[in-house]
Formats: sequence, C-alpha cells, structure tokens
Amino acid sequence: MSTATLPDDSELRARFSELKPPLGGQAAVIEANRCLNCFDAPCTAACPTHIDVPGFIKRIATGNLRGSAQRILDANILGASCSRVCPVDVLCEGACVMHRYNREPIQIALLQRHAMDAYHESGETPTVKNVAAPGLRVACIGGGPASMACAAELCRHGAKATIVEKRALPGGLNTYGVAEYKLRATESLSEIEMIGRMGVEFRFGVGVDSAAALEKLEKEFDYVFFGVGLGAMQQIGIPGEDVDGVMNALELISAYKTGNLRELHGVVVVVGAGNTAIDAANAARRLGAETVYLLYRRGESDIGAFDFEYEHAKQEGVQFLWRRRPLAVRKDAHGRLLLETVQVRLIEGALEPVPDSQFTIACDLLVPAIGQSPLTALIEELHGVEVRDGRIVADLATGRTGNPRYYAAGDCVNGGREVVDAVAGGKRAALAILKAAEARYA
Amino acid sequence: MPDQKPNLGVTNFAGKISSPNPFWLASAPPTNTGEMIMRAFDAGWGGAVWKTIGEPVTNVSSRYSSVDWEGRRMMGFNNIELISDRPVEVNLREMAEVKRRYPKNAVIASLMVASTREAWHEIVSRSEDAGADGLELNFGCPHGMSERGMGSAVGQVPEYAEMITAWVKEKARTPVLVKLTPNISDIRAVARAAKRGGADGLSAINTINSITGIDLDTFIPRPNVDGKNSHGGYCGPAVRPIALNMVQQIMSDAESALPLSGIGGIGTWRDAAEFILLGSGTVQVCTAVMHYGYRIVEDMAEGLENWMREKGFETIEDFRGLSLNRVTEWKHLNLNYKIVARIDEQKCIGCELCHIACWDGAHQCIHLDRVSGPVDGHVELHETPAAREAASRASIAVTPVTRRERAEAAETGPYPTPLERIPRVDETECVGCNLCSLVCPVEDCITMVRMDVDVAPETWEERGKTGNRE
Repeated sequence: MSTATLPDDSELRARFSELKPPLGGQAAVIEANRCLNCFDAPCTAACPTHIDVPGFIKRIATGNLRGSAQRILDANILGASCSRVCPVDVLCEGACVMHRYNREPIQIALLQRHAMDAYHESGETPTVKNVAAPGLRVACIGGGPASMACAAELCRHGAKATIVEKRALPGGLNTYGVAEYKLRATESLSEIEMIGRMGVEFRFGVGVDSAAALEKLEKEFDYVFFGVGLGAMQQIGIPGEDVDGVMNALELISAYKTGNLRELHGVVVVVGAGNTAIDAANAARRLGAETVYLLYRRGESDIGAFDFEYEHAKQEGVQFLWRRRPLAVRKDAHGRLLLETVQVRLIEGALEPVPDSQFTIACDLLVPAIGQSPLTALIEELHGVEVRDGRIVADLATGRTGNPRYYAAGDCVNGGREVVDAVAGGKRAALAILKAAEARYA
Repeated sequence: MPDQKPNLGVTNFAGKISSPNPFWLASAPPTNTGEMIMRAFDAGWGGAVWKTIGEPVTNVSSRYSSVDWEGRRMMGFNNIELISDRPVEVNLREMAEVKRRYPKNAVIASLMVASTREAWHEIVSRSEDAGADGLELNFGCPHGMSERGMGSAVGQVPEYAEMITAWVKEKARTPVLVKLTPNISDIRAVARAAKRGGADGLSAINTINSITGIDLDTFIPRPNVDGKNSHGGYCGPAVRPIALNMVQQIMSDAESALPLSGIGGIGTWRDAAEFILLGSGTVQVCTAVMHYGYRIVEDMAEGLENWMREKGFETIEDFRGLSLNRVTEWKHLNLNYKIVARIDEQKCIGCELCHIACWDGAHQCIHLDRVSGPVDGHVELHETPAAREAASRASIAVTPVTRRERAEAAETGPYPTPLERIPRVDETECVGCNLCSLVCPVEDCITMVRMDVDVAPETWEERGKTGNRE
C-alpha cells in the first residue's frame, strides 16, 4: 500500500537546515575504521533495540553498505529516524569505550544514517517470511514508533498486522512531533512507506476511543497492541489560557511540520524546560520570532532537557527566565498577550512567590510545554488492564498486559521516553505475541 | 656530561663511499633527474642512487597501484615502471653536474645493461667518468626488464650474478654494490655469489613480485594497462618485516655478509634504526618519499639523532649490528621462559578485544567473570563468548531520561571501566603468547610479566641431547 505524503517544502527546508549534515562516503569509511570493533560492545548493550553497532560499522568499512543497513533493520526497523533523533550522548555514543581512551566517541548516529539513507534511497524492502504464523492477525492502535515496530516485526514473521491511526498521516510523533532540523516529516514518511511495502496495513482517520470500537477490533483481530502514546499536552492551569494566541508545543511543532504554520514574529514565551519545550523554542526562533523566552519555575540545574538540547537552545538565541511562574494571561487592547509572571523560590521543598516580584511580559504567542497528560479516555475502558498513574501496566520484557489479548508498549507504558525505547518495546511485544499465538495454535 | 651531538655521518661505506647521513634515496622515480636529486640533497638526504641507467625504455601507463589498509593509504605500494626512460648521456651529464655542486653527498649510479662484458665495462667507465661515488648493479628489478634477460633474471641465478659482478670489478675503480632480489628461495645464494664475484657491498631488498588487488567491478587487477595487468614489484611499509629478515639472514652469514645498504619499507627513523641494528651501514628510501615528498628526511635525521643521544651512541657504527646476535635459531630458545599477561584495571577501556582474541585465536584463558566483593572459593565460570553476547542482547536497556537516571548510568565504580567489562587473565592457563597485548588498543594496558620458574633454562637442542623429544 502507499501511505499519504507531504509535499517537499523548500522554505521549510531552508528554515530548518539539518543540525548534523550527513557523512560523505569516504568520511564514513574513515570514521568506520576508527571503531575498535569491541566484543560484546557497550554501544550495542546501551541501545534499547540492541543494534549490532560494530557489526554495521565494520560493514560500512568494507563497502558492504546493503549488509550494514540490513544489520541495523534486523534490530530496529526505524533505524533511519533513530539515527537522527536518538539522544546518542546518553545511549550508544555515551557508552563508547573511546571516552576512556581520551578520544572522541565513534559517530555512530551519523554512520547509521549513512547506511540507512543509502538503503532507503535504493527503495529496497526487508524480506518477510510468509509461513511462520499464517492467519494470525494483530491490530496495532496508534501509528507511532511502537506500533510501527510491532507491526513490522509481526510482518517479518509472517503475521498480518494492521495499524489503526486517528490522524491523516502515520508515524505519530516521528512525523508530527520531532524538530524538523533533526528528522523531516518527509523522511519519517518514506521510512513508513517501506513498512507498508513489507505488508503492514494502515487505516487512517480511525479513532479507537470507545469500548464499542475496541470490541469491533477484538472481533476482527486475534490480538490488540496499544501503541497509543500519551494524551494531549497539559495545560498550565492559569486564567486566560484558552485565549487565542496560546498554542501548546506539540501543536506548534506539528503545525509548522505540516506547512500550516509558516512564520512567527515578535515575542514568544515557552513555558517548561523539557526537550519538547526546547524544540518548540528553537522552532519559534527559526520561524522568525525575534525574542523567545523559555520560562521555568525552577533553576538551570533542574531542567528536564538533555544537556546538548539546552546548549543548542542557547545557540539558537533562546533566552531563559529561571524561577519564574506564569500567573495569568490576558489580551491587551491591540490583541497582544500579556503574561503575568512572578519570581519563585524554594522554601522547605515548596516553590513560594517572592514578594513584589511580579512582572508582565507582552508577547505574541504563549506555548505551554509542561509535558503530555496521561491517557484517560480509552484505557479506562480496557477490561482486565491495570492502569497506574495514567500508564498502562505491561510487562517490560513482553509488553503483555493483564488481558492476555492486549499488549502495549511505548510512551503509554513508559510514561514518555525516546523513539528507540518505543521501537524496542514494540518489537518485544511482537515477539511475545508470536510466541503466545504459537502456544495457542500448537 | 657535555651534550655531544651524535654524528650521523657515514664514512668509507663499502670502502670509499661517504655521506653526511645514512639516508639515501633508492634508485626509483625520486632519483629520476639531476634536478630532483639536488632538491633532495637540499632537503637533507645524504645520498642518492640514480634511477637505473641503461638503454632507454618505453614505459606504460598506469604504472602504480597500492594496498590501502583501514582507511590509510599505501600500506603497500606496487610498480611496473622500468628503468630510466632517458638517454644514458643525459643522465650522466646531469650526474656530473650534481657531483660538482654537491661534492659531499653520495651519488651512486644504478646500472643495468645487456649481459655482455663489453656493455658492462662501457657503462662502468662512463658512470665513473661522470663522477659516481659508487655503482649499484640492478640485479633485482622483478618486472619487464627480467623478461629481457636483465634485472632479477640475473639476480635469481647465482652464476650469472657472480659472473657479471666479476666483469664489473675488472673495470670499476669505485665500490660496487649488488642489489639483491627477494624473489628467490634463499637470498643468501645470490649474496654469496656477489661476494665471490668481488662485490664491495650489497643493497637489499629490491621489490617483491606482487598483484596488489583486483578491481571488483571490472575484474582487472591493478594497475590497469588498457585492460591488462602485469605483476609488479611490491614495497612500502608492508614489506619491511620481510626485508628485515633478509637483511638479518645476509648479515649473519659469513659467506654473504658485506657492507649493506638496507632497503624495504623504510619511512621513519625508527625503521632506519632497525635496519642499522641488523647490520645495515646505510638505508635507502623510496615509497615514503613518493607518498610525502623529500621533506620526510628531516624527522628521520632528527629522530635518529635524538634516539642516539638518549642511548648514548655517538656514531652509526656504535649501534650497527647490535641486534644481530639476538636472532638465533628456534632450537636455541629457552623453553623454560614463562611470561603471563597482566591487565591494568585502571587503563582498561573495556573493549574486550583481548577476551575474544584469546577465546577464538589463542587458549581461552581471558575471562569476563570479575565480580565485586568477596568470593568464597574457586571462581571458574568460563562463560563462552556467544553466551555472553546472547545475554547482553536479551537484556532490557532503557534510555536514561531523567537527571538521576543519567547520573546513575554514568557511574562505574572504583575503575574507569565497569568492573564486569574488565577481563581477567587466568594465569595458570596463560601460555604467554602475547596476542592479547597485541590486540589491546591501549598502550601498556596489557603487559607480559615474567614468572619465576624453578627450572633452569633449557633449549630444545639441549633437551634433545637428553633424549626427550617433546
């Protein structure tokens, strides 16, 4: 099948030029040759999908680029997007023994991208088995990384997998939520096209948000996998938050990535200090906002964002307002937003306002970025599934929930981690489903 | 002690050849013309062996190919170029000019002519008239010229080599060096013949017959000459161990040993020092100059000088041949010498290359079974590499996203590397083969430590005399 696509947008490309340009062919070989080829390599162990890193790197060094990509895809079907979005500093590259050798770690992400880009350019499709589990049908709810990894793994083993997605395009946050200078929506979609060629079926615009809808799926499919991610972004909880001119971070990111938001001006205030807040603040700068403030109620050392993301935001010209809390937002006579804020300090574990420290920031856009809310609507309807703190309780190794026909992985289980964690979880769930099905039909 | 500058000078090599240092350019493209040689002397080269002079040839293109290794260029180099393609009189006229302008540098005429007494007498006279300090008889060129009965065609037949050397000696007033080909089962056979013929010195080795590689798209070996290839002569860093072995063979053989100009993969002062330690009086360089230019001689001279100063050597002769008596036949080695590998836990980076090398390439005595805390009794888990890898792949890893998770992930304990990644050597099983210390990427992390043994040294030859043939 062919999935929907987005047109190539040269203006978007120019505004969001790639953070890390790809390696040229010879540079890749030289870099690949730096790899020591560790045994039981710590990079592989650190990767949630356990990509055989020295294995794919040595294949680049010998000129076996196709074999290199296949090695990556064996472990991680989203090898191309992971090579762009993974926080490798705390994963494979962070684990590289070169750190203890007084050298730069191997540029694993760029090498992986080198192999994957060549593979996707060739238009090849990983081989799938047609025999292992004939007739096994699995519905994967949600079109994000967890579902794609689960569906692709099932297909590889000969099962039928159908992704049910409520939006118009597949990919979840990979398509709608990753900063464009890391992963272009078009790149995410071409990766998903490959998954489609493997035999994964897609149903778009289908929301599964009621017990009835779920029952229908249960009738059609043997197993249901939940890769539904988290809920909508949380509101800050201040008066006036629903006025025009307030747009949460994920809305902002998906709007510009799909061409629906092309330009910004004036002052933008982002509230929050996680990786998504940084992505939104950087995006605001690149879309033309002259001044971008990142407002955070705690200090610099408490931010949730990775260090390299924070450094990047500083380079993009984002300004930080520490220990300041929004109080209310309203519009002035000219339609501009007036955000009232107050300085806070930590007193006996609680953040208390500092007297006489209020000031009002006039801005053109207010972007709440204080995390996604837990899922509520659907999962409360699930029979036999335990839900704790808004997360589905599922076994880490198998993704199995309290209901033997329900499996789950990704953000809806782990509370919000990385793409690679979702891929790993989805893959483990697929293997567990296959094993369970084998036992059932044996 | 006054800081005496070591003297790199070479005096009366092979009887009469002197040069300001032992670094000579080998007979090859870098010594093609007088202009080139003068630039080389300006750069600091002590001598030059002129690109072989003889009846001018027609060359083909391309002429060179190389073996790259893990991203580095020209680990080995190969050529199918013949001798000088310029008339004899042009070469000799330029030689006279070079000698006039650079009287202190050694200029050696490399010669190759048809195998007649007259031809050799004539070229010897003309070269010496041009001012050559010595003659190098090219009995080594392995390609092209050998098909015409010259070069290695002479060098592979001891009788021919002896005969032509004798012809040259009838006429020569300057020292005669014979350049030996390695493309023969025992290089000493020709070295002995040259010595019997009256040679004053030897140059070794010439290039080694080679096919460097094949283009996997066209199936044509390199270098490609209009779709065909011919075997060439191999040189560069890759051939140095072969050259060192042959130099040692010659210099340890009383019937072969003569003043020797060492050749084969020399590109640094370290390489030069090794050839001199095995008895070479001068060294010749080509590939490294073709790669980087004449300028490499600066570090060769400085580096050798600094090393000599550090070791207390005042002249080249002070250390020439010092390693010769350290090479012996296997039967004279001490069977009771015991060493074992030791891993420095503070230096180990946890690559585990020693572990897999020992398991798959040696004696299965480096293990990954270190444990923290006290151990009760004997530990011998001996998990196989495959089991170890499978366990890693089956483990569940999660991206550390919170500050606390990230801090925990970065913790390693008392060593820079997590303890479970630092291999352990089972010293009772270790045979002291060296492999782990060779594959370890970290300098001085794995050292081979001598173990005290209660047994007296004993060689295989000695053991044989006691009737024990184990």
